[in-house]
Amino acid sequence: MMSAVAESIMGDNAKPAGVPAASEPLRAAAANEAQVVPAASAAASVKTRSLRKKIIAGGLFMRVVPPLLGVALLVLVWQIIALKTASFPTPWVTLKEAGVMFSDPFYRNSPNDQGIGWNVLASLQRVGMGFGLAALVGIPLGFAIGRVEFLSRMFGPIISLLRPVSPLAWLPIGLLVFKSANPAAIWSIFICSIWPMIINTAVGVQRVPQDYMNVARVLNLSEWKVLTKILFPSVLPYMLTGVRLSIGTAWLVIVAAEMLTGGVGIGFWVWDEWNNLNVPHIIIAIVVIGVVGLVLEQLLVALAKAFTYEQVNN
Amino acid sequence: MDNINGKFIDIHGVEMVFHTKKGVFHALREINLTVAKGEFVTLIGHSGCGKSTLLNLIAGLLKPSDGVLLCANREIGGPAPERAVVFQNHSLLPWLTCYENIYLGVERVFGATENRTQLRDRTRAALALVGLTAAEAKRPNEISGGMKQRVGIARALAMEPKVLLMDEPFGALDALTRAHLQDELLKIVAKTESTVVMVTHDVDEAVLLSDRIVMMTNGPAATIGEIVEVKLPRPRDRVTLAQDAQYGAYRTAVLEFLYRKQAHPAREAA
Repeated sequence: MMSAVAESIMGDNAKPAGVPAASEPLRAAAANEAQVVPAASAAASVKTRSLRKKIIAGGLFMRVVPPLLGVALLVLVWQIIALKTASFPTPWVTLKEAGVMFSDPFYRNSPNDQGIGWNVLASLQRVGMGFGLAALVGIPLGFAIGRVEFLSRMFGPIISLLRPVSPLAWLPIGLLVFKSANPAAIWSIFICSIWPMIINTAVGVQRVPQDYMNVARVLNLSEWKVLTKILFPSVLPYMLTGVRLSIGTAWLVIVAAEMLTGGVGIGFWVWDEWNNLNVPHIIIAIVVIGVVGLVLEQLLVALAKAFTYEQVNN
Repeated sequence: MDNINGKFIDIHGVEMVFHTKKGVFHALREINLTVAKGEFVTLIGHSGCGKSTLLNLIAGLLKPSDGVLLCANREIGGPAPERAVVFQNHSLLPWLTCYENIYLGVERVFGATENRTQLRDRTRAALALVGLTAAEAKRPNEISGGMKQRVGIARALAMEPKVLLMDEPFGALDALTRAHLQDELLKIVAKTESTVVMVTHDVDEAVLLSDRIVMMTNGPAATIGEIVEVKLPRPRDRVTLAQDAQYGAYRTAVLEFLYRKQAHPAREAA
């Protein structure tokens, strides 16, 4: 419903007045009008416009007010807790601290004392590497597993067994093999990202409609054409879902992994500030982690939308 | 040569048995049928009589449990562009435009021997044949059901198949669009002199289009019950034929078979 309203706002700018925008509630409203006063189209269009304004105003209200109220409630609870507990900073103190922090996010005093910008970037870099490697391995593997039943039966039990294991349990193995903290953290990200990508890609391949495969058989397409023209476009939405799940998990895991490995990174930074007993910084870090996670998720949702094709029905 | 033309498709003693989870299902038995070159044959019967199975066997999408299928004296070993299929649900790839959907087949069949311009011309010609030149850059979800089915037909025809196989191609369309596409198909088939095998459940469609109507008995273990030869002169016009006594007689013959001799399986069970 939200998106329909947004569309109608955009439609208003793009189309001349009186033309119903392509959104369901408005089209319905316009249709009703047409039935009531078929002759007086000018009056109808005025009424349509006022109706549309009402709908947009209602939509704006629902978009803005409830989220603001939610945030206000959270701040209120926080304030009450802060007043009752001496060690917990108030929202105002935290906000002031955030102002100071974000005025210089990229300072570098020593390896253990860097701006929050560097820490976030370091974490993102680890996630990017682990995640990228997982995509390189996981997506082709998913295709193979989805396409060849033998492989699916071969890897199925292993995947089922390893998937529920916490990625942090793999950290010691990474430390043992790579003998260094940074690759070990990347390794944890790799392990946690790879399962959703393998599974979703494989499921996508298995769910390619039989009709499309029949087309491929009748046209006698080469394996390469089948892959590029039928399998890949058909699997892409599933694959992107896998990617989205992976990056969510990866961002969850990196914070925990960095708390254990140390160095630079937002997870380490949270732990460091805990050792310094700088609670406002911890709260700011939590918000930053949330915002970055949200942005990553939204980017991938947008990507998935751009590549999802409507299944064609008759 | 005459022998090849008279028995362009030769189906001999074909049996089809499916092994399903519920057990063995005997779909078709003792199917013997020949189709001449340039002939239009429809397969008609109640649902579940295995007419689509027979079509899929000719297409090579299924392998017979027993018996042989020949096309131009060569055994049908699998699907091939020489036996193009128009699917009931058109099966266009939604991420390709109408042009690209057709080009995919054209490229496969003629890509080795012709250059890009020739391939493009073939694709454009196929689109023009079904009257969809204006829609070439549209994706399947942007056009109507009838247009989609026409693209499906164009895709099949563009490959210059020896046989055109159609599985209830107009089944999902409304009556007016269906009539329109039937007329177009008649014109296209007259122009291209295609050999066509078409599955249908529409008696009027069968009489209007076919040279022969192959009527199948009810399954399981369905087989060919009767064959009606439709000797109406071509070109055929649906409006004049509606008054035609001969047309009525063919129609009655098919209806007689379907509703008297092979009463609907559901009614039989009840």
